[in-house]
Amino acid sequence: MEEREVVVIGAGPAGLSAALEAARSGAHVLLVDENSKPGGQLFKQIHKFFGSRDHRAGVRGIDIGTQLLEEADALKIEVWLDAEVCGIFNQRDVWIVRNKEKSVNVRAQRIIIATGAVENSVNFPGWSLPGVMGAGAAQTMINLHRVLPGFKVLMVGSGNVGVIVSYQLLQAGADVKAIVEAAPRLGGYGVHTAKVRRAGVPFHTSHTVLEARGTDHVESATIVQIDDKWQPIPGTEKVLDVDTICIAAGLTPLVELAFAAGCEPLYSPLLGGMVPWHDASMRTSIPSIYIAGDISGVEEASTAMEEGRMAGLSAAHSLGYVAEQVYEVGFKAAEQRMLALRSGLFGQKRRDAKAAIMAQTRG
Amino acid sequence: MEHTTSDDKGLKVSGAPNLAELHASPCYQLPAEDRRALAAVIECIEGIPCNPCETACPQHAIIVGDEITNLPIVDLDKCNGCGICVAACPGLAIYLKKHTFKENLAYIAFPYEYVPLPVEGQTIRMVDRLGQDVCDGTVLRVVKIKKNDRTAVVHATYPNGYYEQVVNMQRLATD
Ligand SMILES: Cc1cc2nc3c(=O)[nH]c(=O)nc-3n(C[C@H](O)[C@H](O)[C@H](O)COP(=O)(O)OP(=O)(O)OC[C@H]3O[C@@H](n4cnc5c(N)ncnc54)[C@H](O)[C@@H]3O)c2cc1C
Ligand code: SF4
Ligand code: SF4
Repeated sequence: MEEREVVVIGAGPAGLSAALEAARSGAHVLLVDENSKPGGQLFKQIHKFFGSRDHRAGVRGIDIGTQLLEEADALKIEVWLDAEVCGIFNQRDVWIVRNKEKSVNVRAQRIIIATGAVENSVNFPGWSLPGVMGAGAAQTMINLHRVLPGFKVLMVGSGNVGVIVSYQLLQAGADVKAIVEAAPRLGGYGVHTAKVRRAGVPFHTSHTVLEARGTDHVESATIVQIDDKWQPIPGTEKVLDVDTICIAAGLTPLVELAFAAGCEPLYSPLLGGMVPWHDASMRTSIPSIYIAGDISGVEEASTAMEEGRMAGLSAAHSLGYVAEQVYEVGFKAAEQRMLALRSGLFGQKRRDAKAAIMAQTRG
Repeated sequence: MEHTTSDDKGLKVSGAPNLAELHASPCYQLPAEDRRALAAVIECIEGIPCNPCETACPQHAIIVGDEITNLPIVDLDKCNGCGICVAACPGLAIYLKKHTFKENLAYIAFPYEYVPLPVEGQTIRMVDRLGQDVCDGTVLRVVKIKKNDRTAVVHATYPNGYYEQVVNMQRLATD
């Protein structure tokens, strides 16, 4: 069996930041990702990120990813790509399948799980027709593979993902016919909704998709107004001429590995559902396992990077790599930056939800 | 457009801020009609955790402050209309405006991230916040400097009877 001090699972912004911090502290790190390219979500984010300059806001997501990778290169961090983690046993042993053919076990003293999140689906008649897809899938098609999923799009969901992907579909040359939102108010940041609105995309609040029609692919979508009990109001149906329906109905933390390893679960609807319990240092109920990023609650790349740094620093500290005083200063600083990111109208709820998780003692 | 209604129910319903919301926000300051220089106009009224506009401005004319969710406020006395913030803002929520460029023409410089880009001298259609067609505009220049990181800034003139209404241009057809 191979042995490493720290194994980081997932090379998105959280995993990359965790690996960098642990390696900088002196630990020997192995970073694994099932994709053939590292970077996680960052490589399809062609837009400039909001957030603070300390978190590289104003820089395009894809360029943040490139910067993190260059730092990982400079620190000579060992990276395994096309390496899928299929299980964690005995709180230490990471079972990895490399290149879909070779099974490897790596014994790790510390494990940091940063597997991100998966898109939620919405079911309606016709939802299995080709042309119905997750907004994230559409984003991967246009920005990574440079293929337009369709020409006339209905977006379901007005959160930041829905509006940003709508904007990128317009940039790629598609026509976004409408964005529907079941709630009475739009979810995404106003600066993002304003961008697509002035490009002529109409929003329909208190609306949902009723059905998709078509023989072998989507040829039209019916949307309908809903009342305050979320029931369709008869007579308000509208048929839209679209060939693509993108679903942006939120994300759910990708927690299977953590739970199969035995990490204690906790329900946090605001953060996307079941998440592993963790403390402020990002340690789970299993002392050798840490988490960071969307798996610990769906937020943003900026918070994912902070949590990653925190997890990397804490894991290295627990292995004796970081002097007590240095750790205290680093810990406090990371905590402060996270509080700042979770402030204001949009952040306060996440701040409360995170505080509620940490208020419970486990381990 | 089939499903575009002329709804103006505000930011959280129509997607774009209406004038009542803008006028109620300290963030939005339309430069006075007699101002000579171009000035930055910000339409970012929600207090989101964001501040690249502040750090980008060489004149330190935009203040967000320590609390990253404060509204960005431009000090019009310090702003010289250089336009750096226009491309730095990830929300594409900043443009430059001046009421009288010459005779009855207003001047605007707005961010634009679609292809094809307009070219100097081209007649374009100007739009309001809801994407509705307002009037013709004429492109003065299109700034594509490296520092703007692939966000073009389009400078154009349009009749100043629509001074406040116009915020951007209609997307050009791909072919
Ligand atoms: C459309 C859109 C726009 C966004 N815009 C912004 C923005 O402007 N600003 C911002 O701050 N945030 C933004 N975000 C959010 C941001 O992208 C995510 O919060 C962030 O990427 C989460 O980072 P992560 O490292 O936790 O997960 P991810 O980036 O999802 O990375 C997880 C990685 O884990 C790997 N993995 C998963 N399971 C396994 C396994 N079993 N074995 C091996 N590898 C595995 C995956 O391949 C992936 O590379 C946006 C998200 C979307 C979808
Ligand atoms: S236009 Fe220039 S001077 Fe004025 S606020 Fe923007 S960056 Fe600052
Ligand atoms: S950079 Fe743009 S989106 Fe961010 S706070 Fe400034 S004006 Fe608002």
